Amino acid sequence: MKQAQTHGTPMKYGMAIDLDKCTGCGACMVACMAENNIPFKEDESDKRVSITWMRIFKLTNGKSFPDSDICYLPRPCQHCEGHEGHSPCVSVCPATATDYSRETGIVSQIVTRCFGCRYCMGACPYHARYFNWWDPVWPDGMEKYLSPDVSPRMRGVVEKCSFCFHRYQLAKNKAYLDGERRVPEAAYQTACTQACPAGAIVFGDLNNPEHQVHQIVKPDSNNGNRSRNPKAFRLLERTGTNTKVYYLSSREWVRRAGDNYLAHEKTGQLAKLHH
Amino acid sequence: MDSALIPKGVKRCPMWQFLLGLGIVGAVLAWGVYAMLLCWFKGLNQTNMNDYYGFALWIWADLAVIALGGGAFFSGLLKYIIGKDELKNIINYAVLIGFICYSSALLILAIDIGQPLRGWFIFWHANVHSMLTEVAFCLSAYFAVLTIEYIPLILENRQLDKVPFFHNLSHNMHETMAVFAATGAFLSFFHQGSLGGVAGVLFGRPFAFREGLLIWPWTFFLFTWSAAAYGPSFTLLITWITEKVARKKLVKDNVVELLAKISGWMIFTYTIAKICDTTRWANITAPGLGQNLADFYTGNAFYGYWILFAEIILGGVVPAIILISAPLRKNPTWRVTAFFLGVMGVSLNRWVMVLQVMAVPIMPFDTWALYYPSWQEVATTILPVAYGIILIMISYRYLPIFPQEAELNPIEEETAMAVEAHTESTPDLKPANA
Repeated sequence: MKQAQTHGTPMKYGMAIDLDKCTGCGACMVACMAENNIPFKEDESDKRVSITWMRIFKLTNGKSFPDSDICYLPRPCQHCEGHEGHSPCVSVCPATATDYSRETGIVSQIVTRCFGCRYCMGACPYHARYFNWWDPVWPDGMEKYLSPDVSPRMRGVVEKCSFCFHRYQLAKNKAYLDGERRVPEAAYQTACTQACPAGAIVFGDLNNPEHQVHQIVKPDSNNGNRSRNPKAFRLLERTGTNTKVYYLSSREWVRRAGDNYLAHEKTGQLAKLHH
Repeated sequence: MDSALIPKGVKRCPMWQFLLGLGIVGAVLAWGVYAMLLCWFKGLNQTNMNDYYGFALWIWADLAVIALGGGAFFSGLLKYIIGKDELKNIINYAVLIGFICYSSALLILAIDIGQPLRGWFIFWHANVHSMLTEVAFCLSAYFAVLTIEYIPLILENRQLDKVPFFHNLSHNMHETMAVFAATGAFLSFFHQGSLGGVAGVLFGRPFAFREGLLIWPWTFFLFTWSAAAYGPSFTLLITWITEKVARKKLVKDNVVELLAKISGWMIFTYTIAKICDTTRWANITAPGLGQNLADFYTGNAFYGYWILFAEIILGGVVPAIILISAPLRKNPTWRVTAFFLGVMGVSLNRWVMVLQVMAVPIMPFDTWALYYPSWQEVATTILPVAYGIILIMISYRYLPIFPQEAELNPIEEETAMAVEAHTESTPDLKPANA
């Protein structure tokens, strides 16, 4: 929970994912794995021990034909802000191995400091954190194709989506050399955003009105950063995780699936936050 | 063979019997050590944990042994600070059990972390907001206190006591033990509480999350309270088991009944607090986050309402009533039943606050995640039990753990009776020859 490191309005990078556009093709997952040197095993059938920083969940409305409907929900790390940077995982890590940046709004993972207690995994309600149960091993020759900008992680530590932070660092350096005060929108985009063939993922600075993501989400800072867009929702908004990944859907059942509601409650109902 | 080391005035089993017992338990210990080495050298892929179950059997074992080891700090508090002097007759054993529990917890934690060589980062890069940080600091400090409390007991060994320095050191440590008892109680309040806070602060998980006082969720106070309540019951249960194995009485009934009564009232008050907490959570906290009780106790093959009943009624209300009621408390069968139920109840509470927390789905489109441990996890969890038994065997044999043992089991009478019995069966032998 570092203090702001730059002058001016801090950035708050986030996403808007249009679930009505997502086809569940998985290109975002593949791009993420290639970009971030995510290890894989010969047998990846057990999804509870396989590392997928970006994971696609399949949602159904539970109805039978002809009323049945499905939706694919890509789930990167939600980069929760919580209350003043106390996101669920950041506040519990005993070794400060995960941090909330007030400069970018990105929840980092310092893998060289993580000692593998996994408390952050227990704290994350989105299952966005993954443990390296095995040492990373790539097929012969494939190590030559690894990204030089991202360190592979060792056995015994936790890892997660970083919003391709290495891209931000490169873009920031370039902006400095170009004499720009801020990183241009197009200069910093995540791998999943660029890979999505349907253009379902929009990434940028939620604090910057010029960025597309801000224009879509229209975050209301006076209302816990809830979106003013009636189609938008966040996962488990009622728990107060205060995430920076917004989802869009015109379907009410999809929006309702994003949070827990009692039977009599309306979708999108704001509950009293308890902390 | 080792009679010079055995405390005066007490009788111990023959050496061969002792070594046979050590060998059997040692084999179990070796099995656990083998599993531990597998986990250290091959990694946590040796377990059945997964990304849904980052916390599993080991964390439960940690929480459970620390709660059960709470008998040490609470008995110390009662004897040295509150002045229940009768407890001097069981305090040694409470300290030994506490020492075993806490050293076991530290060992399990050392196996449980993915990068054991980086374990010190928890102190070096400490995050003051994390409950685990507080646990690490207080737990380590309290283990040091327990070691200090255990040392004078070791120095009371017959041979060590002959060394003037050790004799004086032991005497002086006993004199200042109240300071360590107070320190232990202070540290225990925080680390027991922080272990409760580990689950209570998880605001992303409505099953675990609790409101509280200032920065402490209610589970903070419930864990401290329950450790103080059930810890003495565990001490008494282990004492009873030791008496059965040794086939002799080691602690007088008035001492046992006093500690049992205090434990009973603590369990009673804790259970009331637990019921209040559960009621508030079920009716206000969880519904405020869009979930109700059925979400947590239905829709899976294991976690049902029975677990609430087993924890709060069977493991709380029932032992509390037994131990509060004088006639029931004085009846050994009822009393031991209450100890057993109490130990089950607090262990189940820790299970719920670790494993059920991980099992319950949070996102509406997620599913229940059930888990069973691998043999390596089971072996490494049994490892501290074997280690504890060995330490108790050695300590009991060579140290004056139970001050009332000699009085309760006078050797002269036993020898005389044995001689008498032998001469009756062989009337042709003279007593001297027998």
